[in-house]
Amino acid sequence: MTVAAAAQPTSSATMFSPRWIADHLSRWPLHIAVIGLTAAWMVPTIGLLVSSFRPFSGQATSGWWTAFANPTTFTISNYTQVLSAGTTNLGQAFFNSFMISVPATVLPVSIGAFAAYAFAWMKFPGRNGLFLALVGLLAVPLQLTFIPVLSFYVQHLHWTTNNLEATGIPGLPWVPLWLAHAGYGLPFSIYLLANFFRALPSDLFESAEIDGAGTLTVFFRIVLPLSVPALASLVIFQFLWVWNDLLVALIYVGGTPSVAPLTVNLAGLTTSLGQGSNLLTSAAFFSMIVPLIVFLSLQRYFVRGILAGSVKG
Amino acid sequence: MSSVTYDHVVKRYTADITVVKDMYVEIKDKEFMVLVGPSGCGKSTALRMLAGLESITEGEIRIGDRVVNNVAAKDRDIAMVFQSYALYPHMSVFDNMAFPLQMAHMKKPEIDKRVRSASKILGLDNFLSRKPRALSGGQRQRVALGRAIVRSPKVFLLDEPLSNLDAKLRGQTRIELQKLHRELETTFIYVTHDQVEAMTMGDRIAIMNAGILQQVGTPGEVYDHPANLFVAGFIGTPTMNFVPVTTSDSSAKASGFELKLPKAVPAGKGMLGFRPEALTDKPSDVSTLEMKVDVVERLGSDQFLYGQVGGDAVTARVDPRMKVEPGDTAKLGLDVRGLHLFDAQTETAFF
Repeated sequence: MTVAAAAQPTSSATMFSPRWIADHLSRWPLHIAVIGLTAAWMVPTIGLLVSSFRPFSGQATSGWWTAFANPTTFTISNYTQVLSAGTTNLGQAFFNSFMISVPATVLPVSIGAFAAYAFAWMKFPGRNGLFLALVGLLAVPLQLTFIPVLSFYVQHLHWTTNNLEATGIPGLPWVPLWLAHAGYGLPFSIYLLANFFRALPSDLFESAEIDGAGTLTVFFRIVLPLSVPALASLVIFQFLWVWNDLLVALIYVGGTPSVAPLTVNLAGLTTSLGQGSNLLTSAAFFSMIVPLIVFLSLQRYFVRGILAGSVKG
Repeated sequence: MSSVTYDHVVKRYTADITVVKDMYVEIKDKEFMVLVGPSGCGKSTALRMLAGLESITEGEIRIGDRVVNNVAAKDRDIAMVFQSYALYPHMSVFDNMAFPLQMAHMKKPEIDKRVRSASKILGLDNFLSRKPRALSGGQRQRVALGRAIVRSPKVFLLDEPLSNLDAKLRGQTRIELQKLHRELETTFIYVTHDQVEAMTMGDRIAIMNAGILQQVGTPGEVYDHPANLFVAGFIGTPTMNFVPVTTSDSSAKASGFELKLPKAVPAGKGMLGFRPEALTDKPSDVSTLEMKVDVVERLGSDQFLYGQVGGDAVTARVDPRMKVEPGDTAKLGLDVRGLHLFDAQTETAFF
């Protein structure tokens, strides 16, 4: 209701009345800020898009905005080169990225949801202390963890990419990376979801308790359906982060083409001398497709007022 | 269908925070019992202990003959209607009402039958596929009732179910609830802070204050024979007049009048109580008060006079035809049958 009210504050004032003018003037800073931010984000992306249709020679010698003066030089050769399997192995990398991102998103979100439910609605000793420790973990730079975690994987478990590939079990080489991403994602996942779950009205839980629903039933039939907006945004965050991640993937699975994700592949396209940087532009655009699909398909779950009608407050 | 007994129940959060103190009350089978009191008096806690949402510190709660202290909420055979309704917002009306039955692993056709019959009683037939957000407050309230009815519980618990409705709807729902109680022939325990709801709906009323049960009785009993000063002041609008008096044997002397008491009491300080309607416009020879009228309220069927008798504020409810203006001094008769006297120290009633 408040949203609807806020959306039409101007309709009540007559046009050009002092109030109308005040209403409109007061929105100018907001509009300028929004448009400015959008532009700031859009310009580099548009530059990348324009560049991806320019030949290497053009990219190397002049800025992308000069290309419009001379439209005949536009070419799709960057795209055809990147997509031709022989040179870049993009198909395999794309598949790898997918195989990494999906479990590395599902794991922290689902484990996080269970943990968040416990933190929000179950009483157990040390709950607050544990939660504080967890929030503290948000501040740990993940670079600090590389050496201890990797040495644990390699020296104690012997989980090297070679060893895991040698088992012949498909997917196994990604297990260290899945676990690492799950670990890095969990603190934020739990923190976000616990705060969301905590805001659900306690009457719902008590009512469900009297109705005979056990803890798991409450979780699956009441908490999860009501938390779809939070889950959707968390999935988007985590998926984008894993999909765009280069560092963690490189550390835990390395650059072996059979397991390396798209980001590693993209980084390998260009040499230190700048050769192949023309391919980078088109490949980057290509890799944007999936996050865009994920974002757009989950966006509709940001339902406002999902709790409307539950409790009158 | 079952009786409920609070057997010396205590609820203590910490050593010094006790919200329910030694509560003893027997609620009969099929009775409509109202727990009433000001906010924070422990009435909701008492209900929540019965529901199984709060633990019981001391004493026993029995449903029928079964002690339920350690029985899980879902196994107590009770249903509760929350003040906030607590509907599941993502489920349709049908699913909201079917939820407790699904939890009990009831067969689908049986669930269907029960939900449909409950929705018929409550007039929700046409809304079964709607979500709660598409319902009005009154309809939501009925869904909450429906969710309780389908289970055919032994005891219905209602925690201020009308407080979120507007005044008109509240009046209607009050009547509907009474009808429902008669149809279902089940024990109802109803918590409210509104003494009008308590008086109109309850077979019996239990009045609580500061965690202590003050009096249990029919609406007539608590109105006519309040056990103490608190009950006398809490029940009835406008509230009972209280005038400090000095008693000796069977007469009481106030700042503005003196009268003979119907019963002999020990000499000392007391608090005389009489309801506004105990005052009439006919001065009697037994006891007549002279009231300096400050405000006159004419309501058509009633006329309220607010003023001073001696040094004490007094409200009178008199015949609307009595001619009186602010500033007048009115001679009013006091019906001694409506007199109450309370001990000034212990606040309990002598009569």
